[in-house]
Amino acid sequence: MKCQKCEKPATFHITEITDEGVVELHLCEDHARDYLAMTDQPEPTPAPTLAGVLAEQIKASQSAAELKRLDQRSCPVCGITFFEFRSKGRLGCPHDYTCFQAELAPLIVNIHGANEHTGKRPKQGGVAADQQTTLIRLRREMKDAVGKEDYEKASRLRDEIREIEQAASGTQSP
Amino acid sequence: MNLNDLTQQCGEWLRGSGPESDIVISSRIRLARNLAAFPFIRKCNDQDRLAIEDSLRASTEKLAEVGESFYIDVTELEKVDRQFLVERQLISREHAESEGPRAVTVDSREAFSIMVNEEDHLRMQVMKSGLDLGSAWEQISRIDDVIESSVTYAFHDKLGYLTACPTNVGTGMRVSVMLHLPALVLTRQIEKVFRSLQKISLAVRGLYGEGSQAMGDFYQISNQITLGRSEGDLIKQVSDVVPVLIDYERRARDFLVKESRSDLHDRVSRAFGILCTAQTISSEETMHLLSSVRMGINLGLIADVSIPTVNKLFIHTQPAHLQKLKGSELDSVDRNIERALYLKRHLSGGNGEAN
Repeated sequence: MKCQKCEKPATFHITEITDEGVVELHLCEDHARDYLAMTDQPEPTPAPTLAGVLAEQIKASQSAAELKRLDQRSCPVCGITFFEFRSKGRLGCPHDYTCFQAELAPLIVNIHGANEHTGKRPKQGGVAADQQTTLIRLRREMKDAVGKEDYEKASRLRDEIREIEQAASGTQSP
Repeated sequence: MNLNDLTQQCGEWLRGSGPESDIVISSRIRLARNLAAFPFIRKCNDQDRLAIEDSLRASTEKLAEVGESFYIDVTELEKVDRQFLVERQLISREHAESEGPRAVTVDSREAFSIMVNEEDHLRMQVMKSGLDLGSAWEQISRIDDVIESSVTYAFHDKLGYLTACPTNVGTGMRVSVMLHLPALVLTRQIEKVFRSLQKISLAVRGLYGEGSQAMGDFYQISNQITLGRSEGDLIKQVSDVVPVLIDYERRARDFLVKESRSDLHDRVSRAFGILCTAQTISSEETMHLLSSVRMGINLGLIADVSIPTVNKLFIHTQPAHLQKLKGSELDSVDRNIERALYLKRHLSGGNGEAN
């Protein structure tokens, strides 16, 4: 008898009892080894994924009403809701780390087993970066103002944006 | 230099030189960075993405001190060119397949590439042939410094570099080493090895990253954690485990040679024979057979073919490469014929390079 998967003689005869009834397999040594290795070894447990950890954490700590309230919270800078982050797994802007701090902190510890950066630092950071991040909010507000035809507010915002941009380029040129 | 010039050359990381290069194909370090002044990609409109491209294009032009590089607008590329860059490991699959303004700066020797508007504003990577994480870190850190001198990164005093996905926050660093482990696959020990790596929170991926199968017995080992440890510690974690894997693979090869030298020699020679004489051959079969041949060369069972040649064939027989080399679009039937021709030309010439 030939192996069911190749031309070699079948030396292994396996009877499998499955949901669909009894299945007989006739395989050569190589294919039998493949087959047995496939069925014997459980899939290795995958490393915790972001979605998995998030789902666990939310299940454990939130009632339906709390979750609904949490899902509707949004970042004042980029406008992303917690629900959007939760379903897509991606944040909307740097400020989300501050604004969703309470929710993200346990998630981060779960993923990394730590909550504090100990590596490389940019030469400028902290305050300068925060100030830059406010640009995201200002640009968004300016667009809204233009949409509402509130040109006075829009031009005030534009000046504010320019001021921050110029201050930044002043400190950056070598 | 432009994208088409790349087809004529072979990436730095395929040189097949560097420490332990019989088993370690390449070492790679990538950093994820975002500009503080813009929302993360998810909340960017096209205008934001173009503004990010503008400011980063100016910064990457300062990289002349690191190496000669050129800028590619990925949005304007044909599909085959985008796939070509993926096969060359210069951009990610996500970057090739996503939409909206995005770009990549590529080093002319392919030692580094910098993706703009991928999952993060910046994804920069350095690749080295063999096991060489130390110099990869030196180079990527210098690139990071040069770019940082003209932009402000999103950085949090406690959480470090802020990234679109919290799984990358902190260092934003992924250290990965690509290994060729055919003997561990043959002796069925590979699963066991993976499970023990996962226990120490290292990830295992195939040749083309997340979700790709381990084609050609290539595996990428990388760190999963990015926060709470310094870059040096993260590099050490990966570089400490690699010698152990190399040792396992060498022992499995010794075992195969000792227990079944003639079977192994037969397997390797047949693989070589098929590659030299096939009239049509799929990419999967090619990868599978080249893997045997690569091990055969390292064990001295095949002479006349060099490791760099085989390394190159793994990449140059991929679908987009064949089409670029041929200069026309090919369907999968034609690709299989073209692939067989290409292999024959490169393998049956004695030194492996003759036409």
